Amino acid sequence: MNYELLTWLVPVPPLIAFFVIVLFANRSNKLSHSLAIIAAGLSWLLSMFIFVWAIGPKGVLQKPLVSSINWLPTADTFLKIGVQIDALSAITLFFVAWTVLMIFVYSIGYHNYGQPKGDHDQPGLPPHGATVESANAQSHKVMSIEPMYARFFAFISLFAFAMYLLVVSNNLLTLYIGWEIMGLCSYLLIGFWYAKPSARAAAIKAFLTTRIGDVFMLIGLASLYTIAGSLQYEVIFSEKVLQSLVQNASPFFGMSWAALIGLLIFIGVVGKSSQFPLHVWLPDAMEGPTPVSAMIHAATMVSAGVYLAIRFFPILSAGWEGGTVLTTPMLVMSIIGSFTALFAATIALSQRDIKRVLAYSTISQLGYMIAALGIGAYVAAAFHLVTHAFFKALLFLGSGSVIHGMEHGVYHEGEHIDPQDMFNMGGLYKKMPITFATFVIGGLALSGFPIITAGFWSKDEILSSAFNGSFLVVFIVLAVSAFLTAFYTMRQITLVFLGKPRTNAASHAHETPITMTLPLIVLSFFAIAAGWVGIPKAFPGLGGLLPNWFSDFVGSMLHGGEHAVEHHSLIPLFTSLFVSLGGLFTGYLVYRRMEKKTEDPMVWSLGSIYKMLENKYYIDEFYTKVFINPAKWIAEKVVYIWMDLKIIDGILHGISNFGLWTGNFLRQKFDVPVINRGGDNLAKSTKFIGSEIRITQTGKVQDYMFLALALSLLGSVIFLIIIF
Amino acid sequence: MNNSLLLYILMIPSLFAILLLFLPESKIRFVQWTALAGSLITFIASLFVWFGYDKALGGFQFEFIAPWFSAIGSSFHFGVDGISLPMVLLTTILTPLAILASFGIKEKIKIYMALFLFLETGVLGVFVSLDLLVFFLFWEIGLVPMYFLIAQWGGKNRNYASLKFILFTMGGSLGLLLSIQMIGLTTGTFDLVKLFELWPNISQSGFLSTVPLGLSLPTIKAIAFWAFVIAFAIKVPIWPFHTWLPDAHTEAPTAGSMLLAGVLLKLGAYGFIRLVIPLFPIESQRYAGILAGLATAAIIFGALSAFAQKDLKRLVAYSSINHMGFVVLGIAAAAYAMNVGDKGIIESANIALNGSILQMFNHGLSSAGMFFLVGVIYDRAHTRQLDDFGGLWAILPIYGAIFIFTSMSSLGLPGLNGFVSEFLVVRGAWDIFPLATALSMIGLFFTGAYVLKAIAGLLHGPRNNQWLQLKEINVREIFVIAPLMFLMLWIGIWPSWILNMINNAVILFF
Repeated sequence: MNYELLTWLVPVPPLIAFFVIVLFANRSNKLSHSLAIIAAGLSWLLSMFIFVWAIGPKGVLQKPLVSSINWLPTADTFLKIGVQIDALSAITLFFVAWTVLMIFVYSIGYHNYGQPKGDHDQPGLPPHGATVESANAQSHKVMSIEPMYARFFAFISLFAFAMYLLVVSNNLLTLYIGWEIMGLCSYLLIGFWYAKPSARAAAIKAFLTTRIGDVFMLIGLASLYTIAGSLQYEVIFSEKVLQSLVQNASPFFGMSWAALIGLLIFIGVVGKSSQFPLHVWLPDAMEGPTPVSAMIHAATMVSAGVYLAIRFFPILSAGWEGGTVLTTPMLVMSIIGSFTALFAATIALSQRDIKRVLAYSTISQLGYMIAALGIGAYVAAAFHLVTHAFFKALLFLGSGSVIHGMEHGVYHEGEHIDPQDMFNMGGLYKKMPITFATFVIGGLALSGFPIITAGFWSKDEILSSAFNGSFLVVFIVLAVSAFLTAFYTMRQITLVFLGKPRTNAASHAHETPITMTLPLIVLSFFAIAAGWVGIPKAFPGLGGLLPNWFSDFVGSMLHGGEHAVEHHSLIPLFTSLFVSLGGLFTGYLVYRRMEKKTEDPMVWSLGSIYKMLENKYYIDEFYTKVFINPAKWIAEKVVYIWMDLKIIDGILHGISNFGLWTGNFLRQKFDVPVINRGGDNLAKSTKFIGSEIRITQTGKVQDYMFLALALSLLGSVIFLIIIF
Repeated sequence: MNNSLLLYILMIPSLFAILLLFLPESKIRFVQWTALAGSLITFIASLFVWFGYDKALGGFQFEFIAPWFSAIGSSFHFGVDGISLPMVLLTTILTPLAILASFGIKEKIKIYMALFLFLETGVLGVFVSLDLLVFFLFWEIGLVPMYFLIAQWGGKNRNYASLKFILFTMGGSLGLLLSIQMIGLTTGTFDLVKLFELWPNISQSGFLSTVPLGLSLPTIKAIAFWAFVIAFAIKVPIWPFHTWLPDAHTEAPTAGSMLLAGVLLKLGAYGFIRLVIPLFPIESQRYAGILAGLATAAIIFGALSAFAQKDLKRLVAYSSINHMGFVVLGIAAAAYAMNVGDKGIIESANIALNGSILQMFNHGLSSAGMFFLVGVIYDRAHTRQLDDFGGLWAILPIYGAIFIFTSMSSLGLPGLNGFVSEFLVVRGAWDIFPLATALSMIGLFFTGAYVLKAIAGLLHGPRNNQWLQLKEINVREIFVIAPLMFLMLWIGIWPSWILNMINNAVILFF
């Protein structure tokens, strides 16, 4: 089979689906979602073909698949674009294809396909439910279909296209194109219910916060392109280019070009993967519909940031040999990553909204990956990226299912409560057994529940890399965050599913349709099994039973192999076990008795710290005061009113007024007295002279003759005088 | 050698304009369709030039020479190369669309349409002239119709805006005329092809006999250079000569704004590329840093001012300053690289200038589209204040989608046209002016901010029931915007069809 062609084709079906839905199919919901799902299915199928080929004996371990075409003529050469499949893109393609397809299917149920149209629903707002008459002429409220159903599928198709494009790219330019199109889609999808002011604000916030990172990244691309003359991976990651990047100093702060470009690109990653200090957009992004949260927070967009960081590792770590001093970008990454991991985990402790907990958890887990890369644990970071994508997509979709079930209860009961507040739930395990079971699997994976779950293996690998590489601070910070992670996960599970229902809505919640539960089941399979491919050889008891395929496969990406230290200490293993089980157990202990009371026990136990956590350390407020408001003020008052209207236009009006004044002055002092009146006077005096000498005009020939004679005589006299 | 196709392209709009004046005023439809036909014929003729141009050969083609003022060495010399041809194409694409967009105009329709066609002749003339005096002639011809279009069919503040527009531009033209005369007088020819060789290399000894006013050569060159620069800087406009633009654009009728932003601003940038850099390579290089600084100022302040606007049309007007700043940044990078031997610098400059010219084309598409869309909503709602709107996407779904698409092109979203050119400019300029380029990223960020502000104010937010009766964009209006959208997407995905043309001409520059 022509795998080169297949790779080119991977991103195409969703793009076609997008255009067809937007232009032709948008009036039919059924046609729209069929197109989207067929397209996602085709891309999935292509990806699976490629994946199976890639891991096979003739696959990418022998030689990565690269194919390029000329795109932009630049002077006497071309900027090339193309596709590439290597170990990293193969595994990314694998998890992206699965999660995307599952999310597409899930969206059908989530947007209430098959339900009646809402009574008062309008485009731009979430559906508010419809009244139906049942057989015995009693009317009751049920959920209603999303008024912009077709549009949703168009958007997520475009989103899927962008992600596939990013993964199969063999160069940073098309990666950046996919990256930015995803940014647009996340803007459109977060603001999907655009009539809600909060959604509108969240959409703008997401777009602009990530754009901060993107403009830095653009400069990074420009510098790299200037130096390397290309943006293709095979060129920019070649030994020759890496050498010259390390050896040549950039004009900024005495850094090498490798460090500068690495940092610039990393700022882009910070924006996209929602790391501190650009993390603020992601929790607000929960304004979008739940499948969007799963797309953005698990399968695609935030993963794209980490994917880029992993892809870019050769430059980020250029000059680092393992065991030596970390490069500047690596140092920055390990600090920002581990700080974000802890910082976001603490905020997650205090959130009441089921999706917001997961949002902060995502930020925290991405911090793990970034920190892992920062300390050089390349394979561990990639491994956690994969496992996290599966279990976090599972958790988000599960939370969507919970909200959906709760909304059902809310309509049924007519209660006015927030269906996303975990303190309004409780006891849902009876009502929603499939959601419960899958959610627990996802939650345990997130907490790193030992041996069974995928999360354990990937997280353990990061912790042991940190420990074995003697990055003790990173190790401790990550271990504490892991404990907090297990704690808030169990808090969530206990509050939502265990105990007794705390509201009527919760007691009338309802399991969601098959289109929603099926993706949960599929994803929960991966949330467990994805870990088995990466069991370290040195793991006591289990190591070596299964080959550590992941490490061999992805590790092949690094030129000189991974610089990991080989010995396997038992300390990180025991730490993993302790933090995971300890966190889960404590979480259960604290929250198991929550009945009707809706006060979080953390409020009194943490006191004022809780208030700070609940307000996310007041970072949003800080940004508003320090950046946003001054920017608005400068734009409006300084640049527009003061500079343009007052100074520049003021000078212009000054000049024109001066012109007017000069004109008036000239008219009054020169025109009128000298020219106008002068002319008048000239005319007058001419007339006067004329009338005075009129007497000479007698009309008699004798007089004229006499005058002529006299004048000639006079003339001759003067002539003679002049000559002699 | 003589190919009259360019002459026809210049004549057709004017002939149709004259024809229009003899048509009965009452037959509005007939007048409109005649005007549209005239501009479409011009468009088709320009396609013949586009596809007939031999890229492998390069240089000026379709040349036409006819004597004019042979006594002073001026002739009708026309020709196109890869720099002017995209501009010609842009003009011939936008004019029919602007005319189609004006089908709603009812008063004095004959003269209105005739002015547009005269304007087209004027602008095309500037792009194809290869004679300085003829260049100036068309430069002025392009100015006058726009004055009347603003003054007669403009908004509330049209008298102020049109006066400011004409005085500002005339102010620049004065210097332009002066320095053109000086060059002509000194060298004895106005022919550009000859001047490209003659003028930069002219030496003191060779020209002393004909020196005007007894000035020295460096003085003359300096005067001529700055007069050119100021005239073109006003037209682009480069900060701080830009304040005529928001007023003129805001007050002009919709189609007028489309052409003003889409085509007329390009005249200035084209002047820089066609005249200033080749004729004054040394001076250009010396002052390239200043130009880059002013470009950065335009990028940042243009974006910030746009962000501060409450009137949608004014916001779009300010966005032009921001976008044209990137054009100038690329030109500055190219100017810097004149006579620099370094191969890397020349490659960067080449890329930057490619980006500049493509950015001119792209800005023509996106700004014309944006102004048109503002016009569509203004025709219906009779307001442009963002605060009056909100939630229109729920009422006008098709319009909303088109608006978002077009504004994303303006924002420079990868996958659409604006990104390609901005990327090229940034890539090229970064190597030459790293600080200016880095600072211009602030402007790029605020581009996002003002575009999203426009979308949020107009389309998003709670539905305002005051506008429930607004009519969706109609078929004629979709015909205006659809070609622009198609081109935006096409250039975004596959830019080499136009970049090849540009690149072939730019390579010969260095």
